[in-house]
Amino acid sequence: MSNKVSLSREYLKGLWENNPIFKQVLGMCPTLAVTVSAINGIAMALATTFVLVFSSLIVSLIRKLIPAQVRIASYILIIATFVTIVDLVMKAQFPELSKSLGPYIPLIVVNCIILGRQEAFASKNTPFRSVLDALGMGSGFLLALFVLGSIREILGTRTILGLQVMPDFYEPWLIMILPAGAFLTLGLLMGFSNAYADHKKKMNKASTIQEYLLAKAALKTQQES
Amino acid sequence: MKLVIHMMAALTIIGVISGALLSEINSWAAPKIEANRKAETERAIFVVQENATQYEKIENVDFELYEVFDDNKTSLGYVLPYEGNGFQGKIRLIVGINKELSNLYGLEVLEQVETPGLGSKVTETNFTNQFKDLLISPEIIPVKGVSPQNPNEIQAITGATISSKAVVRIINEGVKRLKETNNNIKR
Repeated sequence: MSNKVSLSREYLKGLWENNPIFKQVLGMCPTLAVTVSAINGIAMALATTFVLVFSSLIVSLIRKLIPAQVRIASYILIIATFVTIVDLVMKAQFPELSKSLGPYIPLIVVNCIILGRQEAFASKNTPFRSVLDALGMGSGFLLALFVLGSIREILGTRTILGLQVMPDFYEPWLIMILPAGAFLTLGLLMGFSNAYADHKKKMNKASTIQEYLLAKAALKTQQES
Repeated sequence: MKLVIHMMAALTIIGVISGALLSEINSWAAPKIEANRKAETERAIFVVQENATQYEKIENVDFELYEVFDDNKTSLGYVLPYEGNGFQGKIRLIVGINKELSNLYGLEVLEQVETPGLGSKVTETNFTNQFKDLLISPEIIPVKGVSPQNPNEIQAITGATISSKAVVRIINEGVKRLKETNNNIKR
């Protein structure tokens, strides 16, 4: 059934039209909690993508061996294994980052983007497509978290990725790095992305009608001549 | 019955593989994590005891405590990591104390989850520098609004009184504990 969808489509759908944050509204807890800075957003998204890609691969490989009754339990076991690996590796290699992300790394286990993709996609598709899908969703997550983290960091602390971008006379908006700032930014971004999608849809509709009218007129003149 | 066995087999196999993999990774990561923690403590020790060049963990007390020395192995005092509750969560800090247990040498906040921009200012030097050479007996007192008058007073951060008081309370508790066990650590 999925063979109708092209491979590039399988990857790209996660970036925009099916973006896990702006369109599916999944994984809100890490999104709101860790995006106080751009680097935190990137690290969180990369960790999640790693877990997502490997879980999707494994789930897709063994999808025919798992009885349907215990599939969720199996997915969680697989996801938890990869999350623990990420947690241990981060603690060993990037202690600073691991500290600033705190408990949100272990909490990737219950991130619904991951379980959602296993249930909705990896358990029904080939490993190759599942990995593409996971990479796409991960990239969409990265994009969303990076944008959110950058906006909050620029407005809240004058910096982006630690580099100062706002002038000194700009008084940082404290609210942007508090939880309220996360809700405000996410809400506005979602609003804009929906407005843009609506606008595009309308334009498409208008141009389709236009094309239809033109074709009709052309046909008419052809018949008359 | 066949299904039950199939279900059990599937979960068992996944569990065993996952357990084996994790124990392998853990045996690689555990020493590194331990080393990171040690390196961080070590760095903090020399921040709060500027003149020290070497340190030694004191083993016969039931909390973490270090004694620091200069090049000639003369004792300069102690370094005490201590933790307690802040405004939103645990605050872990480390203080350098002189040999007579009368003054602080310095303070460094290691871990905190205070409000960003307000309580988190307890990590900044504007606040922590107040603890340099601060008198710790009878105990540290945080004051609000006015500049400190006595050698055992520090000024609380405006808008973060609870976090400031928490830091002071944690230090006072740690120092009290250190004084109570002081007789045991004399070797």
